[in-house]
Amino acid sequence: MNIILNNNIEQIEADSIVVTDLLRIKNFTFKMLVVKINGTLVKKSDYEKTAIHEGDDVMVLHLISGG
Amino acid sequence: MTIEEISKTLQSKKVGIAGCGGLGSNCAVALVRTGLHSLLLVDYDVITVDNLNRQYYFLDQVGMKKVNALRENILRINPGLNIVVSDCKLESADVPLLFSGCDVVVEAFDLADQKMMLIETMLEFLPHIPVVSGNGMAGWGRTNILSSQKIDNLYICGDGISEVGPGMPPLAPRVGIVAHMQANAVLEILLNS
Repeated sequence: MNIILNNNIEQIEADSIVVTDLLRIKNFTFKMLVVKINGTLVKKSDYEKTAIHEGDDVMVLHLISGG
Repeated sequence: MTIEEISKTLQSKKVGIAGCGGLGSNCAVALVRTGLHSLLLVDYDVITVDNLNRQYYFLDQVGMKKVNALRENILRINPGLNIVVSDCKLESADVPLLFSGCDVVVEAFDLADQKMMLIETMLEFLPHIPVVSGNGMAGWGRTNILSSQKIDNLYICGDGISEVGPGMPPLAPRVGIVAHMQANAVLEILLNS
């Protein structure tokens, strides 16, 4: 399926995945992440159970220290 | 818009500054110079000599609370400002009440976990209020990779990769650039709405 990940089209070798799968597939190993699907915040505790479907607009923001 | 029109529009707006370090202090100064009148300043920290390499404070203010020193400094630019300070280490439970009256919130924390906490809480409880975050500005040079990105009501300024660490300190030019990118994003939100 195709999804939009951080404004880029991304092909995923599965019909449906959960957020945890996406983070593993993309090798996003950072701790400080903010994830939104179609504009809605997904809490860390929901990563395992929140599905990502064909055409979903996903944002994974990695926050880093400094300021 | 003329300067007068910009000033008039900004007079009725209120901006929350979460964190008064390198990002927050410089961003607040830029907004006040542009005509913003009402600010909510949040920080728990005290100024140290190490902060003077990038933060908008002065040697004789070392030891002062950042919120009080920043209030003092921006009042020197415009004595008519309406400033509320909150001298606290911000926790998730405080965010909704504290920032509910703001038109925009500037995320200007130092640590990634604090940034994440504020963004997540704002997205969950106050999703209608735009948040302008600073993310990735350590080191020097590489001006061309600093950018500003808008995701719904969340604005991200910085390069997204330059984390503070050994050999990669936060320095005045890049922190200042990102602080001003944040101020610029705030203006875009307030003047275009």
